[in-house]
Amino acid sequence: MTNAILGVAAVLVLVILVLIFRLQGLIAVLRGSHKNKGGLTNKVNAAMFMIFFVVGLVAFIWYTFTGEYNLPEAVSEHGKRTDKLFLVTMIVISVVFVLTNFLLFAFSFKYQYKKENKATFFPENSKLEIIWTVIPAIVLTYLVFNGWKEWTSITTPPNEAQYASEKPIELEIVGQQFYWNCRYPGQDGQLGQHYFKRIDSDNQFGLKLEDKSGLDDFMPREIHLPVGRKVHFRIRAKDVLHSVFAPHFRLKMDAVPGMPTEFWFTPTKTTKQMRTELAKEARYQELDDQGQQKWRSFNYEIACTEVCGRGHFSMRYIIVVEEEEEYQKWYDSQKAWTVGARDYVAQYLKVNNPELMKEYVNYIDEELTPKSEEAVAEVEETEEEAIEETPSEEGDDIESEESGDETDEDESALLDQDILPNS
Amino acid sequence: MSAEAHDSTLHGTADHGHDDHHDDHDHHEQSFIEKYIFSMDHKVIAKQFLITGLLWAFIGGALSAIFRIQLGFPDADLAWLKPILGEWIELTDAGKGVLNPEFFLALVTMHGTIMVFFVLTAGLSGTFSNFLIPLQIGARDMASGFMNMLSYWFFFASSVIMFVSLFIETGPASGGWVIYPPLSALPQAVGGSGLGMTLWLCAMALFIVSSLLGGINYIVTVINLRTKGMSFTRLPLTIWSFFITAIIGLLSFPVLFSAALLLIMDRSFGTSFYLSDIYIQGEALSNVGGSPILFQHLFWFLGHPEVYIVLLPALGITSEVIATNARKPIFGYRAMIGSMLGIAFLSFIVWAHHMFVSGMNPFLGSIFMFLTLIIAVPSAVKAFNYITTLWKGNIVFTPAMLFSIGLVSLFISGGVTGIVLGNSALDIQLHDTYFVVAHFHLVMGAASFFGMMAGVYHWFPKMFGRMMDSRLGMIHFWMTFIGVYLVFFPMHYIGVSGFPRRYYSFETFDAFNILSNVNTFVSISAFMALSGQLIFGFNFFYSIFKGRKAPLNPWNSTTLEWTTPRIPGHGNWPGAIPEVHRWPYDLSKPNAKEDFIPQDVPLSETPESNLPHDH
Repeated sequence: MTNAILGVAAVLVLVILVLIFRLQGLIAVLRGSHKNKGGLTNKVNAAMFMIFFVVGLVAFIWYTFTGEYNLPEAVSEHGKRTDKLFLVTMIVISVVFVLTNFLLFAFSFKYQYKKENKATFFPENSKLEIIWTVIPAIVLTYLVFNGWKEWTSITTPPNEAQYASEKPIELEIVGQQFYWNCRYPGQDGQLGQHYFKRIDSDNQFGLKLEDKSGLDDFMPREIHLPVGRKVHFRIRAKDVLHSVFAPHFRLKMDAVPGMPTEFWFTPTKTTKQMRTELAKEARYQELDDQGQQKWRSFNYEIACTEVCGRGHFSMRYIIVVEEEEEYQKWYDSQKAWTVGARDYVAQYLKVNNPELMKEYVNYIDEELTPKSEEAVAEVEETEEEAIEETPSEEGDDIESEESGDETDEDESALLDQDILPNS
Repeated sequence: MSAEAHDSTLHGTADHGHDDHHDDHDHHEQSFIEKYIFSMDHKVIAKQFLITGLLWAFIGGALSAIFRIQLGFPDADLAWLKPILGEWIELTDAGKGVLNPEFFLALVTMHGTIMVFFVLTAGLSGTFSNFLIPLQIGARDMASGFMNMLSYWFFFASSVIMFVSLFIETGPASGGWVIYPPLSALPQAVGGSGLGMTLWLCAMALFIVSSLLGGINYIVTVINLRTKGMSFTRLPLTIWSFFITAIIGLLSFPVLFSAALLLIMDRSFGTSFYLSDIYIQGEALSNVGGSPILFQHLFWFLGHPEVYIVLLPALGITSEVIATNARKPIFGYRAMIGSMLGIAFLSFIVWAHHMFVSGMNPFLGSIFMFLTLIIAVPSAVKAFNYITTLWKGNIVFTPAMLFSIGLVSLFISGGVTGIVLGNSALDIQLHDTYFVVAHFHLVMGAASFFGMMAGVYHWFPKMFGRMMDSRLGMIHFWMTFIGVYLVFFPMHYIGVSGFPRRYYSFETFDAFNILSNVNTFVSISAFMALSGQLIFGFNFFYSIFKGRKAPLNPWNSTTLEWTTPRIPGHGNWPGAIPEVHRWPYDLSKPNAKEDFIPQDVPLSETPESNLPHDH
């Protein structure tokens, strides 16, 4: 009932408005005020443009300098440089934006219709045209050139010598509806090969189990990275397009089914350092859902930026950046995925490749399954050299045993030089 | 031709002093259906395009209002929308109405599709190319009236199919307006990729046919049917822009058609053009060897020129309106044409800047960055020329003029951020964030929409023989102009803080768990801007029937359409077609008797104002 009354009232109000409008229109026609070009409305419009410009400019400057919209400073090497380039570009375009809009609105205001005035017949001027062709071209050349240098440095993978000296962290990120997974190479330093038809509920990454290098891979629930080391994200997708977006690292790359992509970067700040820094900012003092101050629970995140379906907005994944020792400790504590899936591997090999079964199952039992508590502790205490030697030995194994198999070219190129002669 | 001329003469005489809308009984040679529905008259077809386009604009706007509620007020109870949206509003146990996340994606997808293609391509280019080309070049009609009619009815059929897709059970297409496969190819990936996507593809195929039929006609008409004296260097900039737009469309739309065709094959006939190595819903598909990147290349080969297909007509209209109402010749007529030609050419070789982080070879990225930033130069030239046209003018702020000035402002404000996004190193962070949304809504969406509105206000008198109410037009302008800035300017900040596009909710992420106040602000501004359009809707439809009768040349304009009767009949000019003796911008010419000299006035009649090069 109330709805009906409200509806009727709304209709009545509308009718009244229309009537008033109609009357006013008729009065205007009678007065002939529509013939008056430079009337009050013309002045109001001219003034409005200036008011709009001034108010808009104040709001723009005010919010730009006081708004809490910025991400924290970039935490990757390239991100720091692109942030600078972004700032320079924004300053340039802001100047152009304000100046040209000023001229537009100021001219609109200044040259509003006046009966006694006559517009100036000024159809062209080649000199002016040349000026505003050449100046933007020069500014753009400068910006493009800097952008191009940066783009090239970001997208050029390290050469062999750099690779050997920087020892990048290799890991794979796989997108699927609607979560991310990641995979690290085990102690052999190599990611095992995969094929999408091998994917099932036990073998989420579709690893080819004939490839021994995949047996020691591990799939943690979040990404851990040591600070200051180059990282190689190998990105792929299982079902539809996804896009790895790590806003704090200024990193983005699509994940494409059937076409691996990659991104190289170097984290520069640990999660802990970042938390300490954010503790100084007011907005991170607020409490999160768990009742903790936000800076305490801060994490670097990965989001998906290529629309992928219903859960597109919820593909959250965490990157933990830590000191080198912490990272090594974490890395060493990870268990190979086959340890929990020993029977699955055995069954798979029995069907597909029986001659490898015994050796691989042994490998899982003897080398990949952690021994007693003390043994684990011992491993942790060993020198770094020992850790580096292990992959070389296992690399040998792969080369000799899989000589019949097709080896992934990319991955064999990444093997250390001293292994290759043995194959 | 002689029969047609005779016919038009009859119309012309009958039309004098009468209201065209009630005189269909006077002429028995044309039934109502022939005259208003399956009409071959370019003016009627233009109005059909306009009204269909406006209806689509209201639908597209309404869709955006729904998703802006979700984004601005994520905790709002949407149960009140249930009567309209039905099962897309899900009720929680507490009885609270929540928008279905898949339908959210469908909303943004359909909003984009409708606005880009149905409103700003068909509604803008279809309306004004059809209406103005014959009238401004001095032709009786389009080269082929029949093809022109087909063009509209293919568009109509396309509209019906697209409209139907809004109501099907699995929902309309929901993979974004770019419909990237595999998402758009696999019904198991998202509900909208089922029947909704099939209908989307059918509708777009028909749309492309419509667009090509129209485009060929525009090109042929401009080349062949110009009246005596109307050389290319005397064409109004509107015609230049429609001409160039039609050429761009003719070269790029077929590529979208092929992209759609291959997608249809992948969806329905088991091919693998775009699909490879897919494991979804517990099943490994048999497709191997396809590439989703191929689709992106094909799509953006249209998709980028499409930006200029919607923008150039708006710029053409603006050139005309600004010159007329500043009472000055457009500054740099030849530079304007040159920059449009430059933009048209470059628009074909910049498409991959939409794909910097798609995984394509980074070297390609470098090339496309260089080419992309070159396109900023002719765009800058255009902006500076508009500003210089205002300089020392004597400006009358008609609603059309307000929208044109608004367009230039939006074109600049949205254009400058293109310099950021075109830089591949910076695009890494900003790609698919709200920064992009802000950029293209300002420079392409809002600017083109403003051009369309400028055109409607400016040529309404010629279309319907009546005037729109200018005060309502001014209120409409200020609500829209302020609204558009309040909606899209804050989005830059949201984008700088990394917010991705097409996100149903931002609460999952710590990084995006801020700025909810800005999102609310944006939504409220959007509601304001959208409600301003209701004023326009009222003004438009009311004025068609009740508006003040228009004088023959209400804006004191120089172009040929204002030499026709108040309501031109079939054939446009009752007598002979006027000849053209001068360029279209003899405004405020020194020593001239009046501040405008129409194009059909011979130089011999204006000895006092002729310049040395006029002879």
